[in-house]
Amino acid sequence: MKGKLLTGNGAAAWGARLARADYIPAFPITPQTEIIETLAAWIDEGQVEARLVTLESEHSMITAAGAAAATGVRVFSATSSQGLLYGMEMIYTVAGWRAPFVLVNVSRGLATPLTLEPDHNDIMATRDSGFLQIHCATCQEVLDTILMAYRIAEDKRVRLPVIVNLDGFYLSFTREPVAIPAEEEVDRFLPPFDPGNIRFRASAPVSQASAVLGAASYSYFRYETHLAAMQALAVHDEAAGAFAEIFGRSYEAVERYRMEEAEFAFVMIGSFATKAKDAVDRLRAAGWKIGLLRPRVLRPYPKGHLLKALAGVRGVAVIDQNISVGRGGVLHTELAAALADMGGRRPVLASFMGGLGGRDISPQEFYEMASVAKKAAEKGEAPPPRLLYTETELREVRRLQAIARADQMEERR
Amino acid sequence: MSETAFKRMKDLPSAHLLGTGTAMCPGCGGLQGFQGIYDLLGEKSVVVNAAGCMTLLSIYPFTPFRGSWLYTAMASAPAGAQGVRDALDILMEKKKMPPEENLDVVVLTGDGAAYGMGLSATSGAIERGLDFLYVCYDNEGYGNTGQQYSGATPHGARTATSKGPEGYRGQKKDLFSIWAAHSPSYVATVIGAEPLDLARKVEKARKLAGPRFLILLAPCPPGWDFDPKESVEIGQLAVRTGVWPLKEYVNGEIVHTKVPYSRLPVEEYLKRQGRFHHLFSPKRNDEVLNEVQARVDAYWQGVKEKSPVH
Repeated sequence: MKGKLLTGNGAAAWGARLARADYIPAFPITPQTEIIETLAAWIDEGQVEARLVTLESEHSMITAAGAAAATGVRVFSATSSQGLLYGMEMIYTVAGWRAPFVLVNVSRGLATPLTLEPDHNDIMATRDSGFLQIHCATCQEVLDTILMAYRIAEDKRVRLPVIVNLDGFYLSFTREPVAIPAEEEVDRFLPPFDPGNIRFRASAPVSQASAVLGAASYSYFRYETHLAAMQALAVHDEAAGAFAEIFGRSYEAVERYRMEEAEFAFVMIGSFATKAKDAVDRLRAAGWKIGLLRPRVLRPYPKGHLLKALAGVRGVAVIDQNISVGRGGVLHTELAAALADMGGRRPVLASFMGGLGGRDISPQEFYEMASVAKKAAEKGEAPPPRLLYTETELREVRRLQAIARADQMEERR
Repeated sequence: MSETAFKRMKDLPSAHLLGTGTAMCPGCGGLQGFQGIYDLLGEKSVVVNAAGCMTLLSIYPFTPFRGSWLYTAMASAPAGAQGVRDALDILMEKKKMPPEENLDVVVLTGDGAAYGMGLSATSGAIERGLDFLYVCYDNEGYGNTGQQYSGATPHGARTATSKGPEGYRGQKKDLFSIWAAHSPSYVATVIGAEPLDLARKVEKARKLAGPRFLILLAPCPPGWDFDPKESVEIGQLAVRTGVWPLKEYVNGEIVHTKVPYSRLPVEEYLKRQGRFHHLFSPKRNDEVLNEVQARVDAYWQGVKEKSPVH
């Protein structure tokens, strides 16, 4: 097994390469572009036998990806943020086609205001689409998850597209040592895509994605898609088992970090969870019984995994790098809903929104969130949601506003 | 067109390949024209469709197509064609599919997608040299939603969103020229009411590779407001008045395939359709009528000056 320093984007490109993707419809967008540039270079150098086509938009890119998967080839694509939303109509559409392929999303905050830096509102927007989603925290995980994602997507019980998510900048441009699996081992884990009879061939005409008349058919197919997505948890666990056997690295639908006998927990997704791990280590050293739950699989929602892991936990700090405007953090809302079905004593949830637009989360903030969760548990009452934001930051924005106003005054004069 | 297999009407296929009993309206000029096109395309084809009237051809679990079908969305049928074409090519290159399983990739959309929402995807497909045939049935408005004006609506036409005394104030977009400006393999205008001209153009398009385009003017009884039985006659009038020039672009040259030497006045075409009724009644609107006639005259004058007539 070879080890190599790779960025998150580089690891994503390696995932597509090792999966032997046949077709890569592409469109550049920061911070994703390195993925398609890397693949394009390999193809031009003859190292990779695939066809990369740059479309004129993400809407077209996702259409082409779905259409090619519906014809029976293995497809890889990648996007980010505004691009993901530009293609949103087709995200829903191709999931309904039951076209299995892997789309990497490099998370980046959404306009407005326009930014290049990461948060999770882009990926959350695809939550209800029929795409499955798996969130990564390290470069190694990006590569490994892409291989697993193909196996899950193409499984006949599932047959749905999968988004593999990584954070822009923090993971996309961070170099970490990555073990690059041997091709023969990957081939053993991931056999060629077998589309069955769902494909276009002259000898066997098919109509795909036809319209329906009447709600009976519509409801039927929508619910079928939901049931298929729900199958993906078991299929994920099977794939993870096979993966561990071949490659020696194991991934759970929900990563549990130092959750043994934990009374408190952080719940968060993505690369910032590595910061939470560091905080957990320090808090544990200070005598706290605290751990981290990091859902990797977010669609289908790993409710059973979460409830099981939270048995015995008294207080939870849920950290959302997104805002459902007018509601609050999405992870918090979903976890609260899941806990409604929990027997016995339920943990009290404290909701935090942070890391928006790439804003860092400091160790002190993790300690503070742990304290808030602890107090909430002791009181038996959930505190109001909080935005992670400091007075210094507010002063900085006030300063910029003052400059903007001074400029306006200047113009008026 | 000396090498054509279609010299006279009896050379055309005697039965249609497209099944009957579809949801299209009686007298649909789009369906009439597309039947002629599909007869020659044959069943070794995959039709990639965008939102429009003809989306209702294939309604689960029925289809009139002998070949394959993929519905995409309104804006991106050419991108769907790109994905299918690329996938078929990859499968053949990697010897995962024998060449006899190959399919012709055909995009089928209305004017709403072709002239407007899908134009970016279309332009992209042409610039990439995609090997596909694009068929646009052009009924000059968003027909499936009740005929609101689109980029294809002619000047003066009343639509559900241009009901004022002057009708639609814009001009019909010249999509033929927009395509031709991309230097594709083939562009042609066709109409169901001229089946021989149509068949020859489909025949020619099929022999070529790369991006090919047929714009099919589709007389639309509900949208244009006329009796379904007059559909063919109105189509013929569109040609004989010079409103719908039958032409083709190939190898950088534009050739008119059926020149109306004794052009009828455009009025003969306009007055047969309810959508232009307000130009004649209660008061004749000479200003708009003359403007429409002048544009048609200027077009044919330009043709006369620019190119030898075949």
